[in-house]
Amino acid sequence: MNPSPPPPPPRDPDLLEEALGLGRGGSPPWRLAFVEDCVETSGAFVLHHFLKRALSTEGDGTVVFLGLAQPFSHYDRVLRKMGCNLSVQRNKNKLHFIDLLNLEFLGEQKLSNEKGENDREIGFMDLYNRILRSIEAIRSKDNNGGWTTIIIDDLSHLEIAAHGSVKHVLDFLQYCRSLTSEMDCFLVILNHEDIHSSDEALQMLSHLDYISDILIKAETLSTGIAADVHGQMTVVIKDAPGGLIKKLHSFQFKVKENGVEFFYPGSRF
Amino acid sequence: MATAADGRLLGARSANTSSFSRARSSPSAVLPSPPNPGVKVGPNGATFVSSGIPDLDRILGGGFLLGSLVMVMEDADAPHHLLLLRNFMSQGVVHRQPVLFASPLKDPRAFLGTLPSPVSLSKEHRQRDTLVDHNQQDQEKGLRIAWQYKKYFGDQQSSQIHNRDVKQEFSNDFDLRKALERQHVQYIESMSIQDIPRLTILRDRCSNFLSGLPRSDGGNLSAGRIAIQSLCAPQCGYAEMVCIIVYTEPKDSISGLGLGCLYQVSEINYSLFKCGCCGNVSHFISFACISEEMAAPGRYIVVYEDKDMAKLLTGYQDMLGLLHVHKVAHNNSQVPTVLEASTFSLKLQKRRSLSQLQNMMDDGFPGLFKHTTNSQLTHLQSPKLLVSQECFFMGCNHSMRAMELGTKILRLLFIVSLSTSAA
Repeated sequence: MNPSPPPPPPRDPDLLEEALGLGRGGSPPWRLAFVEDCVETSGAFVLHHFLKRALSTEGDGTVVFLGLAQPFSHYDRVLRKMGCNLSVQRNKNKLHFIDLLNLEFLGEQKLSNEKGENDREIGFMDLYNRILRSIEAIRSKDNNGGWTTIIIDDLSHLEIAAHGSVKHVLDFLQYCRSLTSEMDCFLVILNHEDIHSSDEALQMLSHLDYISDILIKAETLSTGIAADVHGQMTVVIKDAPGGLIKKLHSFQFKVKENGVEFFYPGSRF
Repeated sequence: MATAADGRLLGARSANTSSFSRARSSPSAVLPSPPNPGVKVGPNGATFVSSGIPDLDRILGGGFLLGSLVMVMEDADAPHHLLLLRNFMSQGVVHRQPVLFASPLKDPRAFLGTLPSPVSLSKEHRQRDTLVDHNQQDQEKGLRIAWQYKKYFGDQQSSQIHNRDVKQEFSNDFDLRKALERQHVQYIESMSIQDIPRLTILRDRCSNFLSGLPRSDGGNLSAGRIAIQSLCAPQCGYAEMVCIIVYTEPKDSISGLGLGCLYQVSEINYSLFKCGCCGNVSHFISFACISEEMAAPGRYIVVYEDKDMAKLLTGYQDMLGLLHVHKVAHNNSQVPTVLEASTFSLKLQKRRSLSQLQNMMDDGFPGLFKHTTNSQLTHLQSPKLLVSQECFFMGCNHSMRAMELGTKILRLLFIVSLSTSAA
């Protein structure tokens, strides 16, 4: 007589999903999430997580992805290991990948004069229109009831493309933010905290901190690097943009090829 | 009706639904390894070129990622950042990869005279080599007998031979006292940054260099190396535009063809760098390569001398300094391959075995718990760079400087030894 197979171990609750207040496959209860990482710990896996979640079969989400940091092939391979085929999703019109790897708004010669400024503005306006068109293209098809997430990976590249003009990038972000209410979208932005932060970088970060509903911070372990823990994560949920901190979650993570493991400090050996 | 449905199914199948389509399309999966000894294919479709220091390659998980950008931040007090630059260039010369060298020196050719030459092999290596030679001779004899059937052999045989070469040659040891021969050096394309008024011109030179590289066909990957010395040196007055070149230059790189870049940024001028159009320097490096197939984040290495560490390490006098790896590139994967942000020590040392080194380390860090150690013992037979890798858990009360460096507890110590005894 064969003993009945042991029941599968209960699936660990996904601490990140919990912290972000996400149900299974549903749309998030917030509008703008800001992911901040540092040199030692990349926060790109959070974007992968959002991407997979939005495109999963359970949810009816769609994604507009601004790929500035990596080519499509990179995301395709990473997400494939996580069980999500981006090429198929793209063909299904659920994912619009805007390849901005070579984004540069103007020639260097025009940097100083008036025209240079205009070129930058035109460049950002074009980009905004591309996002708008992508959202409309997604909405026009069968995905009417779905929710759309705009993911920007990552913001510092936009700053470079604008030749360091923080002003223009912030303007652009305001436009993107307006999309969240106008077009009913969700915005996820990745940016880096620099170890040698200058005042200008801080200005950008503090502004983003202010306008975001949720702040996700990936850092190295405060106690050091360990082989089985890759870093720690802090999720700050705010009352309203610029409001008080409503909730604060803190946990550790280990990045794997097929996903990320989240756990509370000291709960893994 | 049914046929239409079948047709749709077939159509769907052809539209990239299989999760194994990569293996089918990737040329590296067909060939066991690229025939080019200077390029190594790693996991996740990553391709590596050697840094010129075998043990550094090992620590970095295979070498510098092809298509990545490596920034070396110089320490004003210590000259050993040049070790990395020289070994990087020499390795390129040894692999017959085209090398572009840009330097703020008036005469960059003079610097090429200081490149180290590959070390003559030690006895063991020689023995192994003679064995290999015998094998090769046997094989050649076989080939001679069957010379008339040569055309039926195809590429298989040659790729096998190449495979062995890959193992032998991917990364050489370099004798720091012996200069590379003139006839090799003359193939390095060099230029002085001082002559270049605008960074766009430097960028164009780099892209011209890239477009001049042989294109890759099939599995045969080719690589070029660009080494730029002291990009932010005071004599080149365009520190504030650095991010522009970093950003746009790799855009011209051809798909399937990468470049290993080594930038050196002087730490003195780091403030200049920061005042530039974007302060986020550490992350510039992470978008270095922008070619279709191998866009990759880069590495960011700081070489510096650490005065506080001197109090901790008894053997500090022998050390050249410390090497701090801030960021390690990974491609097509979200998992960090190597422990990021680790500190290594660079060491100049006489003939000494690794076991003695370990003891010395234990003396140096009395309160430390050794985490892992798996380097093999090697006696240095000839002057070359040897790197040993040790991981330590450091106690809580170590220097503040060490705390500040971000690695906090677990550190990799990287020892580059230079033995002065001749082979």
